[in-house]
Amino acid sequence: MSLPFVLVLAMGFLFACGIYLMLERSLTRVLLGFILLGNGVNLLIVLTAGRGSAPLTDGKHLSTVGMSDPLPQALVLTAIVITFAVTAFLLAMIYRSWRLVRADSLQDDAADLQVAITKIIDSEAEASTEYDDTEFGDEAESPIVGAVDLDQDGRRVDRRVAAYRDAAPEPAADRDAAPESAADREDKP
Amino acid sequence: MTELLAVLIPLPVLLPLLGAGLALVLSKHSRTQNVVSIVILSAVMVIAFVLLFGVDREGAQVVAIGGWEPPAGIVLVADRLSVLMLVVSSMVTLSVLIYALSQDASDDSNETPISVFNPSYLVLCAGVANAFLAGDLFNLYVGFEMLLLASYVLLTLGATAERIRAGVTYVVVSLVSSIIFLTAIGVIYAACGTVNMAQLSERLGQLPADVQMILHVLLLLGFGIKAAIFPLSFWLPDSYPTAPAPVTAVFAGLLTKVGIYAIIRTETLLFVDSSLRVPLLIAAALTMLVGILGAIAQSEIKRIVSFTLVSHIGYMLFGVALGTTFGLAAAIYYTVHHIIVQTALFLAIGLVEMRGGSTSTKSLGGLMVLSPALTIVFFLPALNLSGIPPFSGFIGKVALFAAGFEGEDWLNVTLIVVGTVTSLLTLYVIGRTFNLAFWRDPADAEEPTEELVAEFAERKQVLQAGRKWTPTIGVPGPMFWAATGMVVASLALTVGAEPLWNLSTRAAENLSEPLNYVTQVLGGDAT
Repeated sequence: MSLPFVLVLAMGFLFACGIYLMLERSLTRVLLGFILLGNGVNLLIVLTAGRGSAPLTDGKHLSTVGMSDPLPQALVLTAIVITFAVTAFLLAMIYRSWRLVRADSLQDDAADLQVAITKIIDSEAEASTEYDDTEFGDEAESPIVGAVDLDQDGRRVDRRVAAYRDAAPEPAADRDAAPESAADREDKP
Repeated sequence: MTELLAVLIPLPVLLPLLGAGLALVLSKHSRTQNVVSIVILSAVMVIAFVLLFGVDREGAQVVAIGGWEPPAGIVLVADRLSVLMLVVSSMVTLSVLIYALSQDASDDSNETPISVFNPSYLVLCAGVANAFLAGDLFNLYVGFEMLLLASYVLLTLGATAERIRAGVTYVVVSLVSSIIFLTAIGVIYAACGTVNMAQLSERLGQLPADVQMILHVLLLLGFGIKAAIFPLSFWLPDSYPTAPAPVTAVFAGLLTKVGIYAIIRTETLLFVDSSLRVPLLIAAALTMLVGILGAIAQSEIKRIVSFTLVSHIGYMLFGVALGTTFGLAAAIYYTVHHIIVQTALFLAIGLVEMRGGSTSTKSLGGLMVLSPALTIVFFLPALNLSGIPPFSGFIGKVALFAAGFEGEDWLNVTLIVVGTVTSLLTLYVIGRTFNLAFWRDPADAEEPTEELVAEFAERKQVLQAGRKWTPTIGVPGPMFWAATGMVVASLALTVGAEPLWNLSTRAAENLSEPLNYVTQVLGGDAT
């Protein structure tokens, strides 16, 4: 069974482009990537049938010599229908996502960020008792747009975390940490 | 008897599909729709039990759909493992359905449009049954796609921003796994010229070892994503907790186990000669550890339990990776236990959410005195999950560890140590959750819930005045009884441990002799 080299090459190209697009954060690109990948796989299945004449007989010659294998074509029809349905669903979901949050990109999970922030705030609460040597106020009068965000200790802050922290109601750890640590220091000198 | 079984075998797939169609037609009459769904799933459960007894007595049954004899046509194969899974899944789907319908009837928020819920839920059941009964690889793929498409709809019910966000992750990851699976099927067909599993079992062994290895890894990658095996498990704790409680319960109970089932088939039937024992054992250890460490970091009960779900997949993979009959039997027993316990736990969490208004351990408290019955419904499966002695979790783990010691291999022993540590950490996580959500005074919570605090104070006053206190908020009866039913089923696994264990052993013995499977499917001359 010899495979047409160009088609194999095309299959590889579809796979490569599809995987590349699926790694993006933009949902539309993910969808395009999925369509390319799906077609790459469909091409693969069609190729497994091999070259040959159509698997039809005229009723007189019942030999299958020289025919291509009909089963992959049956398989690929099912696969195409499934890919089609999923594509439609994905499109609807992307549209809904656009209607809801006006963004075509994958959103971060709020609970994941919460866990990350709790950690940062905890380490801040510990750190701030030791190094309280900043000469500047808490808030700048005219912040420089595009500058790297630094926290009180001069470490770089993840913008998304910072934005979330500003938007969300103050996490409990922040409220509790300060008075507790103050009380601890008084109780246990 | 054989004729009867041959008629019954396609029904667990056909009936729910028929029901889904009926439910769609009846979408204006939600009461009739509910009755249809419940009747159909009850019928499937009865059929599954009949199949279990029939197949256990008569041996594996093969049905050629459409009258084309294998290997030309599509076959459904019901052996002991398939029907055991079918029985457990039908029990789970029925009780979750009752729970879901009762929940929907009791809240008027219209968050879950019921006219969509019933048909997609029935399609999900059909997909699960099809995956368990599939006798060829492509039919297994179709079963997976049926249940996945239905699960996409169920996960994004109501299409709120949060569910769409979680749904996108889930859908894209599932799509990648489906594509990998489909690629594997294409390549396997190119190599062997068949997708019938019995024929593949004969032909894959004749391929060169390196080709076998590539096909093997491709298939395992696809199934590994579905079963949530580390490092392919990251999507699960992100997407499951946002869905409605009953949906999460059935996903957590069943969908990952369909992946495990597919892995069992791959390992025992398709790739008998090429063993990936060591990588699978390492993956199992990492799944256990990483999953449970993730659970420790969380403060939301649904997410905690989702992480423990990932972690406990590692136990089943451990049993499968051992490859011995004992190991497989332990894995099968553990899978049955885990499906039921995980579902019970998520149903209980749904009740907690309804009763306490949240599932965050930061705001719950005092449920122990406010709702003792709910406490029991949560506490029993929770203890069971962490493997406290009289429960089935303990029996399953002991069986797994005993199977591990059989090999006398340092890697097995490491796995046993990891398994023990994971089990202890599960107990820690469960204990902490219980302390925070049930035990303490709700006023001590970091972000107290006003209703709980008020109710707690009122109860104190009433009791001090010497009167009898009755709670003002209750949970709907059918929801509570559905959850209780699952808890009772999980206790029955302890009471009926011996018959179930014997059945698991017989199923594992079947799996250890793939030649028998091949002869049964292809007819007597296939040796």
